[in-house]
Amino acid sequence: MALLKGFIVTAGLLLCLSASAELLPKTHFLIPAGPGGGWDGTARGIGEALVKSGLVNDVSFENLSGGGGGRAIAKLIESAERQPYTLLMNSTPMVVRSLQKVFPQSFRDLVPITAVIADYSVFVVPKDSKLMNFHDVVQAFTADPRAVKVAGGSVRGSTDHFIFARAIEMAGGDPRKVVYIAYDGGGKAMAGILSHESQLLSTGLSEAIDMARAGEVRVIAITALQRLADAPNFPTLAEQGYALEFSNWRGVFAAKGLPPQRYLDMMETIEAVVATPAFEEVRRRNSWTLQLKQGDDFYQFLEQQELEIGTLMRQLGFLRPLPSPGQ
Amino acid sequence: MLDGMLIGLQTVLTFHNLMLVFAGCATGTLIGMLPGLGPITAIALMIPITYGFDPSSGMILLAGVYYGAIFGGSTSSILINAPGVAGTVASAFDGYPIARKGQPGKALAIAAYSSFAGGTLAAILLAATAPFLADLSLGFQSADYFALMLLGLTLVSAFSSQGEYLKALMMTCFGLMLSTVGTDLSAGVQRFTFGRMDLIDGISFLMLAMATFALSEAVMMVLKPSSNSEPAMRLDKTSLHLSLPEFTSIIPSISRSSVLGFFVGVLPGAGATIASFLAYGVERNLANDEDRKQFGQGSLKGLAAPEAANNAACTGSFVPLLTLGIPGSGTTAILLGALLAYGIQPGPRLFIDEPEIFWSVIVSMYFGNLMLLVLNLPLIPYIARLLLVPRQYLIPIIMFFSLMGVYLVSFNVFDIQMMVLIAICAVLLRLLDFPMAPLLLGFILGGMLEDNLRRALAVANGQFNFLWERPTTVVLMSLVVIAILIPLTRALWPKPKR
Repeated sequence: MALLKGFIVTAGLLLCLSASAELLPKTHFLIPAGPGGGWDGTARGIGEALVKSGLVNDVSFENLSGGGGGRAIAKLIESAERQPYTLLMNSTPMVVRSLQKVFPQSFRDLVPITAVIADYSVFVVPKDSKLMNFHDVVQAFTADPRAVKVAGGSVRGSTDHFIFARAIEMAGGDPRKVVYIAYDGGGKAMAGILSHESQLLSTGLSEAIDMARAGEVRVIAITALQRLADAPNFPTLAEQGYALEFSNWRGVFAAKGLPPQRYLDMMETIEAVVATPAFEEVRRRNSWTLQLKQGDDFYQFLEQQELEIGTLMRQLGFLRPLPSPGQ
Repeated sequence: MLDGMLIGLQTVLTFHNLMLVFAGCATGTLIGMLPGLGPITAIALMIPITYGFDPSSGMILLAGVYYGAIFGGSTSSILINAPGVAGTVASAFDGYPIARKGQPGKALAIAAYSSFAGGTLAAILLAATAPFLADLSLGFQSADYFALMLLGLTLVSAFSSQGEYLKALMMTCFGLMLSTVGTDLSAGVQRFTFGRMDLIDGISFLMLAMATFALSEAVMMVLKPSSNSEPAMRLDKTSLHLSLPEFTSIIPSISRSSVLGFFVGVLPGAGATIASFLAYGVERNLANDEDRKQFGQGSLKGLAAPEAANNAACTGSFVPLLTLGIPGSGTTAILLGALLAYGIQPGPRLFIDEPEIFWSVIVSMYFGNLMLLVLNLPLIPYIARLLLVPRQYLIPIIMFFSLMGVYLVSFNVFDIQMMVLIAICAVLLRLLDFPMAPLLLGFILGGMLEDNLRRALAVANGQFNFLWERPTTVVLMSLVVIAILIPLTRALWPKPKR
């Protein structure tokens, strides 16, 4: 792997044509999963843009999977002094898994730098489905909850599951009656609705947008408050009467104890890179929605999201209720 | 279809694209040979390089890397019993014994011919049927996958030597038990993780295969040198020679396994590993009594079948990828990402809207497979020379590569500790004549068996009627019953001896 790493770094150096002022001498991305997933793609995409735009010339990547992402977090905390230029890639599941106590750490044990992209949740049906909008879904669900089986590419109790349960709850249904069918990955979940085994797919917009554009599936609701510029024909849940907003952020974190100046430099570097044409190309290629939240804003956003998701998951029975004070 | 093939030929038959096929196959083979590094890593590394290319060239390169890596993986399986990727585990069952008998060159040559034939036959099937197969891969629901995995489990008899059915069954159950470790998909709870973060994602198949095969084999070579008697030095180890009867005897196995592998590969929920296990089991069950004794001891058919099947399955997995845009495995998920990055949406309209991409990928598969054969046959004598290394050096080499291969995947010392522990258990079990292959079969099928059963139950509202509601399930379940009944009747009413 050292060899591979060396190869990537060298390739990075070769690709670099123009070197402008560097705020950071190097950047090391710590990716809590194996090559090929969402975290990996985002980290490598940002890294590619950093090198191509000349903002940072020495960019390296490290894939450290395991523990639902917990091992990478634990490693960054343990070896904080030896990780001066390391950025840990993460996303909403970090908040969820920390609440579920999959791993003991939370975002508070790290320094949130920047949330870079946002991926809204969508509810998707096959093109020949009788369900035309979210109202139909609610009606079918109220008549028989087992008539709307919800496919998702992640384990029971994850965001795909509870965001649909939350929408049903807002519509007056019993969220605990939602039948969630867990598939091993988004691709197989998509196959699950196309084979009509399940009736509806709850997933991220980026996982469904291409199939929807190809006309194979229909997006019946997106969990944004306003229609997206990139996908204006996807109806929002809000316009169908349920003002539910939820997006899966992907962002980077640093280890605690970094000097204040480097904290600012890291934020500034990420802010600069997303404005470059190199990043724009990566963004367009992956249909990402840019949504920057930096430093303290990001921290407060995380606190807010933790509170919201925690409350929601307790209401839906995915988490044990908090012990009431005095007990 | 012929028009399509011509378009594809036009695209592929340029110097630039032929060089890319060559580069892809060579890189893939090299990376695949290293234990632990498989097609996913190989493709993920190559993707950034392809962004400058036009989409057809990019896909040609990546497809070359893909089957190159699968092909390369069988080399370490055969030579040192250390499967580089999950899809080549079954190749070690008979490939390694052939190599131990002093014919590593022959084993590698059979692997090369079978892979070539499997890949080429599957590419022909792909070209002829891809547009129609989209329906097939979507016709499979969880209930059918469950029946398919159950059918796979009945093949356990294929992995038991004479009179050792009980031991094989015990090892299968052990494998099924190990597969329950980790986070349970359908309930979202952790099982048997003992509060350890390292076990949340379950036990890695590659680690288990390396521990039970490569590492324990290295120890067995020390403990029982007589059982693995030094290959006779007179034999020309590097010879690729196959006699004509040998060649003709494996041809039916290769053809059957290629077709089987292709169709298993088409299903998004199965894949190359399942395909190779199924092909191995089917070939053993079809073989006559004489041949059957050879399985596990160095049967040529036992090596040819999984090798043809895993390459065919890789080609088959392009069907749901290209015609539906659905990735069935981690590898095809990366390929899908690359396609989308080129601005191409795979789906039913791909071969109408972008015929040059669709067909050039298929045509490049023929050339890729041919290239792999041409590339590897001359190299085999040099690669096989590894086994000329004296045992006192060879054993540490095997240990080093198997431990390193597992560490490189996870960078987790816990995995190494667990691997050593499992290897010690495996050595003890092997000394008591317990077979290791059923353990792996149980482990790999266990997870999918359980997930699909629970999905099928959830879809059927908790009723077991899904077992007979759909024709596909009924056919597969009948095959399961037949597969169980045949050996039973044979045991109860033995054929009168002539």
